Amino acid sequence: MTDAIMNSKPGAEIRRPTLSADRLKKRYAAERRFRLYGLGSIIAAGLMLVFLVGSITGTGYSAFLQTYIKLNISFDPEYLDPAGTGDVEQLRTADYGGMIKKNLRDNFAEVTSRSDKRKLYNFVSPNAGFDLRNMVIENPSLVGQSLDLWIKASDDIDMLRKGYVDRTEEESNRRVTDTELGWYDRLDSNDRIETRFNTDFFSKADSREPEEAGILGAVTGSLLTMAITLLLSFPIGVMAAIYLEEFAPKNAWTDLIEVNINNLAAVPSIVFGLLGLALFLNFFGFPRSAPLVGGMVLALMTLPTIIIASRSALKAVPPSIREAALGLGASRLQVVTHHVLPLAMPGILTGTIIGMAQALGETAPLLMIGMIAFIVDVPGSFTDPATVLPVQIYLWADSPERAFVERTSAAIMVLLAFLIFMNILAVMLRKKFERRW
Amino acid sequence: MSEKTKMAKPDTSAAPQATPKMKGDKVKVFYGNKQALMDVDLDIKPNEVTALIGPSGCGKSTFLRCLNRMNDVIDICRVEGKITLDDEDIYDSSLDPVQLRARVGMVFQKPNPFPKSIYDNVAYGPRIHGTAQSKADIDEIVESSLTKAGLFGEVKDRLLEPGTGLSGGQQQRLCIARAIAVNPEVILMDEPCSALDPIATAKIEELIDELRENYTIVIVTHSMQQAARVSQRTAFFHLGELVEVGDTEQIFTNPSDTRTQGYITGRFG
Amino acid sequence: MNSFFLILVVIGLSVAGYAAGRARSILSASGDARILHSLPSYYGMFVALGCGLPAILLLAIWLVIQPQIVDHMVMAGLDASIMPQNADEYSLMLTDIRNLSSGNATSRVASPAIVAATERYLTLQSIGFWSMVGSVVCIALLGLAWARSRISRNFRARNAVEGIIRVLLIICSLIAILTTVGIVLSLIFESLRFFARIPFFDFLFGLHWSPQTAIRAEQVGASGSFGAVPIFAGTMLITLIAMLVAGPIGLLSAIYMAEYANPKFRAVAKPMLEVLAGIPTVVYGFFAALTVAPLIRGWGEGVGLDVSSESALAAGLVMGIMIIPFVSSLSDDVINSVPQSLRDGSYGLGATKSETIRHVIIPAALPGIVGAFLLAVSRAIGETMIVVMAAGLASNLTANPFEAVTTVTVQIVTLLVGDQEFDSAKTLAAFALGLVLFFVTLGLNVIALRVVRKYREKYD
Repeated sequence: MTDAIMNSKPGAEIRRPTLSADRLKKRYAAERRFRLYGLGSIIAAGLMLVFLVGSITGTGYSAFLQTYIKLNISFDPEYLDPAGTGDVEQLRTADYGGMIKKNLRDNFAEVTSRSDKRKLYNFVSPNAGFDLRNMVIENPSLVGQSLDLWIKASDDIDMLRKGYVDRTEEESNRRVTDTELGWYDRLDSNDRIETRFNTDFFSKADSREPEEAGILGAVTGSLLTMAITLLLSFPIGVMAAIYLEEFAPKNAWTDLIEVNINNLAAVPSIVFGLLGLALFLNFFGFPRSAPLVGGMVLALMTLPTIIIASRSALKAVPPSIREAALGLGASRLQVVTHHVLPLAMPGILTGTIIGMAQALGETAPLLMIGMIAFIVDVPGSFTDPATVLPVQIYLWADSPERAFVERTSAAIMVLLAFLIFMNILAVMLRKKFERRW
Repeated sequence: MSEKTKMAKPDTSAAPQATPKMKGDKVKVFYGNKQALMDVDLDIKPNEVTALIGPSGCGKSTFLRCLNRMNDVIDICRVEGKITLDDEDIYDSSLDPVQLRARVGMVFQKPNPFPKSIYDNVAYGPRIHGTAQSKADIDEIVESSLTKAGLFGEVKDRLLEPGTGLSGGQQQRLCIARAIAVNPEVILMDEPCSALDPIATAKIEELIDELRENYTIVIVTHSMQQAARVSQRTAFFHLGELVEVGDTEQIFTNPSDTRTQGYITGRFG
Repeated sequence: MNSFFLILVVIGLSVAGYAAGRARSILSASGDARILHSLPSYYGMFVALGCGLPAILLLAIWLVIQPQIVDHMVMAGLDASIMPQNADEYSLMLTDIRNLSSGNATSRVASPAIVAATERYLTLQSIGFWSMVGSVVCIALLGLAWARSRISRNFRARNAVEGIIRVLLIICSLIAILTTVGIVLSLIFESLRFFARIPFFDFLFGLHWSPQTAIRAEQVGASGSFGAVPIFAGTMLITLIAMLVAGPIGLLSAIYMAEYANPKFRAVAKPMLEVLAGIPTVVYGFFAALTVAPLIRGWGEGVGLDVSSESALAAGLVMGIMIIPFVSSLSDDVINSVPQSLRDGSYGLGATKSETIRHVIIPAALPGIVGAFLLAVSRAIGETMIVVMAAGLASNLTANPFEAVTTVTVQIVTLLVGDQEFDSAKTLAAFALGLVLFFVTLGLNVIALRVVRKYREKYD
């Protein structure tokens, strides 16, 4: 006989569980509380997301509009072409700023004092002269004429128009004085102030003047950088994954590569920036601030993501397909290129898009290799100095002007739009080609 | 083996007169649109071992899981009909599954000790149900439960070691000890020996026979020999139907349905 | 013409090589492709690879090496009177020459000697470029001819091509290793140069951090001090705040998703958390600096607390929000891999769902959850943009979350962005901090991945 039977005490008192309603109620209260914590956490995370997106769209949407002031502009030959040569070179280098100032004085005849004049000049964008210059060069017959024209307002007036200036505040705490408010109100009541869609935001590069600053330079820089990243990381990543998944023997060496890739995926991005700085810039002497180097650094950073995604896509292809092809006498490389790779491609592409989206939003490593310079030109090649969209956001976020805050948020909205587009693409790809074996 | 078969026999004559502990009345179970059980009527008599047998997929485990509402855990599962415990409808909204499961315990196919110490495994039930007031009470429950499960002698020196470190048979006895620590009225066993070797199986079977004294036991088994060894009554399920139920001896020697006969003589299953 | 165009030329030659190889193979089989060892396209591919690979390789090496040789030759050819005395002057002069040569404005008026050097620079560059074009095209043609000459009816073109491709595959898989090696070597090299100036233990255990080295040696505080303890403390403070936010919220969200949520709720909540993970960190940084920090400051003033506008709390809080999805998705995986049998066992004893979760599932999943937390901590330590934008530069040694602290990543960015003098202790200090950052995060990752893997094996 076993212990079980020797030791059992058949007559032992039977202690039934307490099933009192009271206790049960307490247990269920605890249950509900716990459930609520979980739900509360998810809702809290959701609210934070809403708050973040809300605060950014709330400050950013107005950057898509720009204020214009209607002024009577006379294209005074005295400023443009005193000698009356009609020479284009003369028209190109003429003093348009002075001409605008004169016209402002003419439009506000009552302004005489020096400080008031200065305030008046501050009404229009300091770069408005360039727009007029382009008009004149295109149509030299304007010289000597006088027209009502919409002139781009300065950022202070733009902010006033958009309601970011608190009129009730002490005058000395405002960027717009009472005198200026008076002028503004007069212009406004004469229908000489208008807001239009801000096309310059999409067609210009960075500028010191908020109303002139646009994202085209940064977007172009991002596209150039991403092109390099994709060109390097996609083929290398896929080929590495193919080797590791389809050809590599399972030994200590491939284990090391695998562990290494997993760890590389979790290395802070700024460390990749340090690598780029020490290796590409200081050692190889590649140009600073160039999309070429930025793309190389981001490619190294994206590589682990692509390799890991590609490997799992390759792994998901059932071995029966490989065996079938091998059985027909295909070489292992033919098996991979003809059968396994096409089947794994949707998964690989999805992983690549997600990796590229990460790279597109990355800032820190690019600061290290000098893509933080203030660049007013749209970059034209892979070695031109350039900046990228996230870095542009970082640069603008540092600027004190209210108008840059608005533009920072707008740039963020553009960046998020790109990212949303890429992620939707990835999701659609996954949905369309999803296959269950 | 023949000895054990004899051991199980003596009570068979006394049992039929007792009022049923649990009673299934036209029980139907659906998984989504698929019906897994058709109108099962089955009485479970107190202090008896009832064995549910039948080929795989016949609905015997499904029925067992209805008895303590473990099917509630599965989203798509729907139960119709009526099941009572001491004449109380267990699917009545006033009866709580948590309360029910404290009265109808369960032992599973694969031993599933929690990743805790042996002691904490057994103490888990009494703790959540507030059965014991003091540490000493819990100590006592743990010891007596392990003793009843025939495990105390083997583990008394390593109560604080993880339960997952025991052998398969010991783990399953630990799970039985865990179930009886709550002191349920009915214990459901879902093929408790299918993952065990023959020696461990023999121990568990002895234990089941011991436990019959204090508990009502329902056991699902795919082994007809096991049903014959441990049970007093046997129910034969086939394709979601309860084909036949009766005293174990009668079912195995003189089945009234041809399907039962076909199964126990090994023509299908 | 530039290198990009040269690449196109090489590709064109390779395509021609493909056609040539293919044609020759068919010719060698007297028009009957069936008697060839491999398909004709493999012969074509063999010639294309033979033409393109060596040429591209040469091009890459040339592009890396040429600038260094040209720089060296230009600087060595300078007149002895203006020869730079130290490394700083050397790099400054080189930058001037480069800027002049690309037609940009320089920092100072160019002396005739510099202008002459610039001309030499341009000449050397163009000589270098054209000799590169010559050699690359030569190599491409030679390779083409050689590979084409190999082709015969019995030549095993497929095996040869597959062998080459296999080598290429191996090289690609080595790039990951090379990246790690590159990171370690570059960090260690620059750090060694730093530790040659600042003793290792002063850096690791010093309590005072002010890296601003003076320009003139006689200025006050000319040496700068590099005690990194306040930076490490600041990093830990912000990480702690972040984890206090992300830990509970992430874990509870994961539990709710895995155990309570119905599929419909999950279909909404899971993508929402993923969105949180997909937002670029620079956006979080802007949010922290513009919205959260003033908000906290306002609340602090409301209750009479003195809150810095760059408080650790604001940065830590926002970083916590960013890390929530990491904790939740990793924990979700871990909780889902706890076997159903354990849940059944607990329910079978009459436990409620929350009792099962608290007493059975969490203890069972604990190693995995710890791994997830470690990964999240590593992420928080290495996060840069949020702290750069929302945390301060002042290296306060404090545990007060309302004060401004600085972190390792903030210091790396500040030390390296802007004017760079490549030999000062100040810039090199960034690499020493990077080294610490790399090894700390690496350690955390290795431990975490091992813990998680062990855990997975237990329940597989």
